[in-house]
Amino acid sequence: MLGFVIQRLLQAVLVMIAMSILVFVGVYAIGNPIDVLLSPDADQRIRAETIARYGLDRPLWEQYLVFAGRLLQGDFGRSFIFGISVFDLVMSRLPATLELTLAATLGATLIGVPLGMYAGYRPNGALSKGIMAASVLGFSVPTFWIGIVLIFTFAVNLAWLPAGQRGATAALFGVEWSFLTVDGLRHLLLPALNLSLFKLALMIRLARAGTREVMLGETVRFARAAGLREGTILRRHVLKLIAIPLVTVFGLELASTLAFAVVTETIFSWPGVGKLIIDSISTLDRPVMVSYLVLVAFLFITINLIVDLSYALLDPRIRRGRG
Amino acid sequence: MSEPLLRVSGLATHFFTRAGVAKAVDGVDLSLARGRILGLVGESGSGKSVTGFSILGLVDAPGRIVGGSVRFDGTELVGLDAESLRQLRGRRIAMVFQDPMMTLNPVLTVGEQMILALRAHQRIGRTEALARGRDLLGTVGIPSPDERLRAYPHQLSGGMRQRVAIAIAMLHRPDLIIADEPTTALDVSIQGQILHEMRRLARETGVALIWITHDLAVVSNLADDIAVMYAGRIVESGPARDVLDRPRHPYTRGLLDSVPGDMPPGARLAQIPGSTPSLLHLPQGCSFRERCARAATGCATMPELIAAPGSPVAVRCHDPIGAAP
Ligand SMILES: Nc1ncnc2c1ncn2[C@@H]1O[C@H](COP(=O)(O)OP(=O)(O)O)[C@@H](O)[C@H]1O
Ligand SMILES: [Mg+2]
Repeated sequence: MLGFVIQRLLQAVLVMIAMSILVFVGVYAIGNPIDVLLSPDADQRIRAETIARYGLDRPLWEQYLVFAGRLLQGDFGRSFIFGISVFDLVMSRLPATLELTLAATLGATLIGVPLGMYAGYRPNGALSKGIMAASVLGFSVPTFWIGIVLIFTFAVNLAWLPAGQRGATAALFGVEWSFLTVDGLRHLLLPALNLSLFKLALMIRLARAGTREVMLGETVRFARAAGLREGTILRRHVLKLIAIPLVTVFGLELASTLAFAVVTETIFSWPGVGKLIIDSISTLDRPVMVSYLVLVAFLFITINLIVDLSYALLDPRIRRGRG
Repeated sequence: MSEPLLRVSGLATHFFTRAGVAKAVDGVDLSLARGRILGLVGESGSGKSVTGFSILGLVDAPGRIVGGSVRFDGTELVGLDAESLRQLRGRRIAMVFQDPMMTLNPVLTVGEQMILALRAHQRIGRTEALARGRDLLGTVGIPSPDERLRAYPHQLSGGMRQRVAIAIAMLHRPDLIIADEPTTALDVSIQGQILHEMRRLARETGVALIWITHDLAVVSNLADDIAVMYAGRIVESGPARDVLDRPRHPYTRGLLDSVPGDMPPGARLAQIPGSTPSLLHLPQGCSFRERCARAATGCATMPELIAAPGSPVAVRCHDPIGAAP
């Protein structure tokens, strides 16, 4: 098991290095930030001075090494536009995105898996058909449209919930969170719901397909022949047997939503990182872009690593340090 | 004579598929006394497994028991409610399957699976349940049972896995175990060990066994009685010695001839001509007549399963072997 963990950690570090190079070079290729930083009528001396100050005159590899070295010390550079530390900038936005994403992904999983397992257990029941029909909707209706419908229905017409912003927050571990206050929760509900519908549909489909397959297998037959109750079979046998694809998709969805919750964040004016990156792209705020993308890569790799390690917990056959 | 432990009569289980109705079990009669071993023999596809599942009430859609009766120790099981059936399964009637690689859950330890099986029928703490599991593993001949309790199925050999499945089946000291080809997936040498073990366990615990197999050689020195199945029906049944020494149905004869017994080396095994007919296109009358060398025009009607006067063997044939002309 320990060998397996070390091997996976090494892989993660290598991927992280490769990603940071790709991101750095990729962003370097987009536009020239100096045009944004300076007013068009700046003279040649100011121009040269600014270029030197941001290190833009040095070769690419040197810029990367400086960047990577600072990164390792936790220094993500300074935003061209806001003039403050990128780390502080991203960190001021990240908790909002984090809690929105977690609420949406966890909610979709906790509700979607039981529904999907039920639909797989009783594939011909009326309720199962209803669940599956609803899941098709969750797949096919675009997020922005559902978001607008949600705002229209619950915020404008019924006036039950606020239409946007984060609401009141409370501090935990020195970070402000919405989910700790009632007002914050009320603000969180609609965007989380909006973001979770697609994931809910995905979880339902996955859980249903897995359950159907496992229910027809010999393991379930043997458990039934031993007189196990249907509930026990579903909870103890089936859930564990279908867990790996569920955990995989949970991780992928969590990571990709953390990075790209931008549509929902925009519709609900949610002050998260999604909005920040869109702004930084339009202003060519290169340190923000690079740091953000590196951070996203880091999140993806970390979540992937956790998913990988949880495979080994879920399936003893993987523990032998495969591949 | 007192009522046997199990009496199956006229049992019929059909599968309602798109292609038509497959009469997998179509009028099966079996009877089994306490502590006896019945070998249920037939080519693959003859309906042996479906018979076993039907007894336990475990037939999955599109299959359904459409008729007949299964009386077990005074209770009628056909039409019994689901919860009563569940309480019977594993506690009074247990089942062991062909491939323990498929039946044991790969992501749960042996101990965990034994706890689940025990808790299906009694309130019992983990420690006590594990102690009971350890005893049973010892009983079925598994060395160092403590370690095995913590093992996952993939860490055991095929023979060990099947012993674990047998131990799980024996947890509640059932009256009857239905063993569906439990040695077919194993090496020949392991097969012998498991057979030996089962014979010993049956003798020591008094459990009755239905041993399902396509291989007559397997049951020849295990079973007290033999029932031969063909295309959903029993074609011959009686005490093992009689059926094996003086088979009366041409199909039984054919099965016996295809067993490599004490034959001179190099001799060719006789094969039953033709292959198992599709259940959807059975011939009119006797289902075996298209493969039967003795078939005559009279075979166009279905023969009854009857014993000749004074004979312990019942046979479903218009012209059984060795009948007085
Ligand atoms: N799930 C099913 N759907 C349709 N037909 C089935 C199903 N299970 C069994 N059958 C039918 O029952 C027949 C007997 O199957 P089975 O009892 O498994 O045979 P055996 O155990 O003797 O090899 C099969 O040949 C098939 O036609
Ligand atoms: Mg079978």
